[in-house]
Amino acid sequence: MIIGALLGEGWSAMVANRMRTLLTMLGMVFGVGAVIMMLAIGQGAQMLVNDSIASMGSNLFIILSGSTSAGGIRQGSGTVPTLTLADAQAIGELPDIAAVAPNLFNTAQLIYASNNWSTQVSGTTPAVMEVRDMQVISGACFTDSDVRAATRVMLMGQTVVRNLFGDENPVGKMVRVKNSPFMVLGVLAAKGQSLDGRDQDDTVLIPITTAQRQLFGNQFPGMVRMILVKAKSAEVMAKAEQSMNELLNTRHRIHVGQENDFSVRNLTAVAQAAASTTEAMSTMLGAIASVSLLVGGIGIMNIMLVSVTERTREIGIRMAIGAKNRDILLQFLFEAVMISLAGSFIGAVLGVACAYFYSQFNDTLVVVTLSSVLLAFGVATAVGVFFGFYPAGKAANLKPIEALRYQ
Amino acid sequence: MIRPLICVTGLYKQYLANVPVLKDINFTIEGGEFVAIMGHSGSGKSTLMNILGCLDTATAGHYYLEDRDTATLNSDELALLRNNLIGFVFQGFNLLPRSSLLDNIALPLLYAGKSKAARRAKALEMLGRVGLAELGERLPNQLSGGQQQRVAIARALVTDPKLILADEPTGNLDTQTSEDIMKIFETMNAERKITIILVTHEPDIATHAKRLIRVKDGQIDSDKPT
Repeated sequence: MIIGALLGEGWSAMVANRMRTLLTMLGMVFGVGAVIMMLAIGQGAQMLVNDSIASMGSNLFIILSGSTSAGGIRQGSGTVPTLTLADAQAIGELPDIAAVAPNLFNTAQLIYASNNWSTQVSGTTPAVMEVRDMQVISGACFTDSDVRAATRVMLMGQTVVRNLFGDENPVGKMVRVKNSPFMVLGVLAAKGQSLDGRDQDDTVLIPITTAQRQLFGNQFPGMVRMILVKAKSAEVMAKAEQSMNELLNTRHRIHVGQENDFSVRNLTAVAQAAASTTEAMSTMLGAIASVSLLVGGIGIMNIMLVSVTERTREIGIRMAIGAKNRDILLQFLFEAVMISLAGSFIGAVLGVACAYFYSQFNDTLVVVTLSSVLLAFGVATAVGVFFGFYPAGKAANLKPIEALRYQ
Repeated sequence: MIRPLICVTGLYKQYLANVPVLKDINFTIEGGEFVAIMGHSGSGKSTLMNILGCLDTATAGHYYLEDRDTATLNSDELALLRNNLIGFVFQGFNLLPRSSLLDNIALPLLYAGKSKAARRAKALEMLGRVGLAELGERLPNQLSGGQQQRVAIARALVTDPKLILADEPTGNLDTQTSEDIMKIFETMNAERKITIILVTHEPDIATHAKRLIRVKDGQIDSDKPT
């Protein structure tokens, strides 16, 4: 039988029992709507996590100095100034390392004209751009010669720019930090929130030597609070971690069995754990929503069985004038799939609309992807075919004379 | 020698074991005949009609339609036979209630795989031939019984079949309308040489046919010209 005629038959059957068709479709509407909405919420959460991972930089290690212990009271990591610029340089010469950025940071008050703002001031080297995947959107980055000369220049995060300068262009302006004037060389591209919710744009970067010698005192020359390290690829992370441990053990003269005075942490592994948790959550949400699709499918099967029984005589007439079993099968299968698809369409529209309103009122990132909509449609079609097949087969296998005699 | 259109030999039909509805039926019908089958209710005439229309199968014996042994055909082949060789006219009209008259008439052509334009053109022609040309978009329940039966006849004729099987076609109609319907059958038979087999229990109706087969208790009681 011809597709156009099948569509026409399906449509007239749907229209003939409007209320029943609508109620049957409702199952698919809710099923598809729920799947799309849940996937949107799940994918939104996943995208947030992925964004924070990307903003952190990839294949990233952080090396912190170890803890002190005074009279049995142990302090936290980073309380002993054991890491130095020389350590950072040595790590940079290891084979699997792409870039190294030492870091000495503290909170300081910044003053520009009548505005002031307290923020984290990080002393580092230009390599931090590569390590943390950062970019300068206006002005320029400081250079290695700024680091050598300990010049008073800074790169400013967006949040600091907003609070000190408002709409003014900060590049080339002078900002006072602890009574020293610093020139703003450039503005950093926005990075948004980190995984733990910190604002990564509320920061300024200055040359590490400037931080060491001029801003945060120099009780321990060359000391840094931490070293950020980027490995060349994800595959060499384990090897890089081992070689850094060995190198620092040698340099710090730590013997076997003695406690390290530093710790190497793989930040990417932590981030990936967070990512896989979110992914599991979004898969689970989708799976729960699919149950309603299943229930919708059973509703379709139920109504199609009623419809086949009701129309037994019609089936008999069709067979008498020459319909083959296949023609009857296709007719009822088409009807089931059409109900399913119509329900899916309404469900998809509702799902997208609900996801939109949800994101408007909840300040949550909700992402509707084409693939999730297509997935919902594909599953709905499959549900229509699967649950339509039994009733359609039942119709097609009727004996012509029995169907014709049915009252 | 020209083979007969219908040849029935030693036909048996039973629904329950040892209670035959049809017993050893033998007859032949040539192309172009107009045959009436009469009998009391329960005589087996409707069962015989259903077997002739390939809607039901015999328990034993053979039914050859245009030399094909229908017992050896599968359900698709039987559907094909019904579609292009046989036209049915029922007592209860059996039109699809939700479809317009034109769609009803065109339905056999749909199963024959004809294009939409061809189906519509042919259905319009047939509707005109039964005198209802201007009612094409109406639904069956907006018509009188006589008009519905004319539509059913148009549907039976739309594939240009060789054989029309009419099961009590006038059973639900008044005398005057019945006469009109029978005139259509007579014209079809006379002008287009279509073979007509008519089941009825009204002697008046049977007189329109040229040959009368009486069935009694599942057997042929008499077979003679009217």
